[in-house]
Amino acid sequence: MNGQLDIEPLLDKMEAGLRQLLQERGVSSPALIGIRTGGVWLAAELARRLQLQEPFGELDISFYRDDFSRIGLNPKVKPSSLPFDTADRDVVLIDDVIMSGRTIRAAMNEIFDYGRPASIILATLIDLGARELPVQPDVRGLALRLETSQRIKLRGPDPLRIELEQA
Amino acid sequence: MKLSSRPPAGSVKIVGGQLYRGATATSAGALEANPGLLIKNGRIAALGPDALAQAADETLMAENCIVSPGFLDLCCNLREPGNSQKGNMSSETRAAAHGGFTSVCAAPDTSPVNDSGAVTNLIRDMAASRALVRVLPIGAVTRGLEGELLSDMAGLQKAGCVALGNASRGLRNARVLRRCMSYAQTFGLTLMFSPENQALAADGYAHDGLVTTRLGLLGIPEVAETTAVMEMILLAQETGVRLHLSQLSCARSVDMLAEARQRGIQVTADVAMHQLAFTEDALSGFDSRFHVRPPLRSERDRQALVAGVRDGVIDAIVSQHQPHESAAKQAPLAASEPGLSSIEVVLSLGLERVAANELSLTQLLRALTAGPATVLGQSEASNAGLSAGAVADLCIFNPDQSWRPGPGTLVSAGGNGPVLERSMPGVVHYTLVAGHKAWPSLLP
Amino acid sequence: MIATATGPHHLQLTREGQLRHFLTLDGLGRELLTDILDTADSFIEVGERTIKKVPLLRGRTVVNLFFESSTRTRSTFELAAKRLSADVLNLDISTSATSKGESLADTLYNLEAMASDMFVVRHAQSGAPHFIAESVTPKVAIINAGDGRHAHPTQAMLDMLTIRQHKKTFAGLKVAIVGDVLHSRVARSQIRALNELGVAEVRVIAPGTLLPRDVEALGCTVEYDMMRGMKDLDVVIMLRLQKERMEGALLPSEGEFYRLYGLDRAKLALAKPDCIVMHPGPINRGVEIESAVADGPQSVILNQVTNGIAIRMAVMSMAMGGQLAERQQALNDIAKQEVRS
Repeated sequence: MNGQLDIEPLLDKMEAGLRQLLQERGVSSPALIGIRTGGVWLAAELARRLQLQEPFGELDISFYRDDFSRIGLNPKVKPSSLPFDTADRDVVLIDDVIMSGRTIRAAMNEIFDYGRPASIILATLIDLGARELPVQPDVRGLALRLETSQRIKLRGPDPLRIELEQA
Repeated sequence: MKLSSRPPAGSVKIVGGQLYRGATATSAGALEANPGLLIKNGRIAALGPDALAQAADETLMAENCIVSPGFLDLCCNLREPGNSQKGNMSSETRAAAHGGFTSVCAAPDTSPVNDSGAVTNLIRDMAASRALVRVLPIGAVTRGLEGELLSDMAGLQKAGCVALGNASRGLRNARVLRRCMSYAQTFGLTLMFSPENQALAADGYAHDGLVTTRLGLLGIPEVAETTAVMEMILLAQETGVRLHLSQLSCARSVDMLAEARQRGIQVTADVAMHQLAFTEDALSGFDSRFHVRPPLRSERDRQALVAGVRDGVIDAIVSQHQPHESAAKQAPLAASEPGLSSIEVVLSLGLERVAANELSLTQLLRALTAGPATVLGQSEASNAGLSAGAVADLCIFNPDQSWRPGPGTLVSAGGNGPVLERSMPGVVHYTLVAGHKAWPSLLP
Repeated sequence: MIATATGPHHLQLTREGQLRHFLTLDGLGRELLTDILDTADSFIEVGERTIKKVPLLRGRTVVNLFFESSTRTRSTFELAAKRLSADVLNLDISTSATSKGESLADTLYNLEAMASDMFVVRHAQSGAPHFIAESVTPKVAIINAGDGRHAHPTQAMLDMLTIRQHKKTFAGLKVAIVGDVLHSRVARSQIRALNELGVAEVRVIAPGTLLPRDVEALGCTVEYDMMRGMKDLDVVIMLRLQKERMEGALLPSEGEFYRLYGLDRAKLALAKPDCIVMHPGPINRGVEIESAVADGPQSVILNQVTNGIAIRMAVMSMAMGGQLAERQQALNDIAKQEVRS
């Protein structure tokens, strides 16, 4: 089964979920951080939808991955770029897919090295389950269970689309 | 078992294969069919159909083999006395026999240095009791090889040194060199020198060329050799000494040698087999085994050296055998000791040159037999050629059979062979010294 | 025993082409060199954070083995290792104590037994790090911090990073290296890197006594006259001149060297107006370079120092990663074999 998933409703759901959560928590100026690569595209989209003036941050977690000792360093690492100080900020961390939770752990460790944030909200487009760490998204576009032979991938940045591949 | 006091060998008949009788003054000689070769009392008793007809205690089959005079090595380090961690008289003469050599010149840089008749006698005694091939001592031309004071040259000669030299160490200056030559000439001694201008060689340990430039190694420039060659030739001409240039490495040296001979100067020369087989490229992976002195030079030099052997301008190919314990090579290049454990693969490396059409088989054999024999002059051994009545020092080898040098096949105590675990042509079946089997040999 | 036909370039890569030692730039292609520069760029960003540390080498032990002392280079390696969260041990070992190969090997076996993961090696003999990687402790990642006259690959790469920061691309650049090329491991590595990264021309400018034989074969042109050699330059790299060179009859005097080959304002004015000035340090002011130039607007000498830490972090993490990946691969291979049998 190769195919595409309509992304618009999922983005709408993320936007709505974020608006509600930020309001509940009384956060007026969140600091958006996307995890490279898909999370950065989503951060751009959500920043536009939430009409945030402040530029969003880009995180490359290569230096924090826990599989370094098994596969070595990602040769295509790029600098992280946070155009704001994270200390005492309410951070919205954005990624395309959450599964084991290891990427998010690495990303949170990295964010803390920039300064201690006041809070972190996690927003992901797709939640595939199969968690290995106690990390759950606060906001998600879709929860999905894949067959072992299936792969899902966010393509972008323009247009953003989700591809489901049969391996 | 003493070489000299062994019981006379029984009669041996060698049948089949091809015979190389040896080179002549004008040609490298030829291969002919070997109907039979008979050895009695350590000497060649008969050659040809006559030999075949006679009975013998033992018959050696030499099918597909070449029956050649035994090889004579003008430069070999047996490491005894004094350096038993690297090798000894019995291990290294066994290696020589494995390589087809029946006589090896023993370099004077032993400990103690062979600079007196007493040390020469000690070496000869050791050889008599433990060597499997003939050991021909080279005496030190200066006391302690220090390059300053003359050694007792006449005494060394009397004790049995076949030539004098200064190992690969230099003399203090040209004046000492001139006096060494003048004094040696008095006794008709041959002097063997490795030409190297020490001030120009300085701290170098590799050919000053592309590889040293790229790897940042300290170079020995060509002129370190060529200026020394020229100086030695001029001094030899003036003093009239018989000069032998050991282990040439440069193309230009071969030219100067040829020219000097043309002018009638008494000068001979040899080249180490590894100089014909390898170039500076062997060091490109910092391989300390190929740290040798003189250094491996450029491909152009290698080709000129091969041509020198081909033309007979270079008289002899030597092993420059230098076995080492592993620690001597287990170091960064500059800190490692120079030299290869090579005597067992000289023939094979030479046959590879033959296969590459760089040398003919007879040119190779000449440089291992008659060539070096001529450098030393008269000797009782038959390295120069096979004829009835000559002492039966022989090498019987199959040039087409292959083997793999490695820890399982090599017998030298030194693990620093130039070729390891690669198939090479040329297997020595028998090495006979005065009719006795030096190879194959039981471990002493 | 050092055997095999593999040159240094095979030795330092895994089967997958990852770095596992960093001994020389020979045999490393443009893509890998560019990866090193890109990774270093990411580490520069790390250096600007509140916490200038990443956890890549956490729990790993890095030993700085300096057989030739150099406080500066050692410090940058130490800082780089610490920013990668490694435990660092500094050993200054005088060459006299280990002038024999056996004791060098013994020293290293001892350190390996302390579960060291990486040796950063500086040695006076060309090829020493290569020897260690090939024959002594192949499972320990070896980083060459300068060996004899052979190579100083991290210095050359930090210079490349500096050039890229200022010139954006290597294409079309004309670069000169001035001074004692003969004794310089830095120059050899720089010439190699500049050629691989595709500059238009590398020029070496020096008197004949300070050039190795056939230096052109390294990929450069030779110019004896510095006034002529400065023409059209985008980058000029000055090399350090050791005082011993006068004693070895290579040069008559510092004064004459400075007049002919020292970089002063007048000579610099002959290059392109935006030509940058580099020096691997430490500088001999008034011998290789005029103070006004070293401290002037075209000098990027201090950028070089900052970049040094990032390059060393990049190379150390890449080589350590390659070693670890290789170990994992070996474990996987064993596991596969066990399953089969």
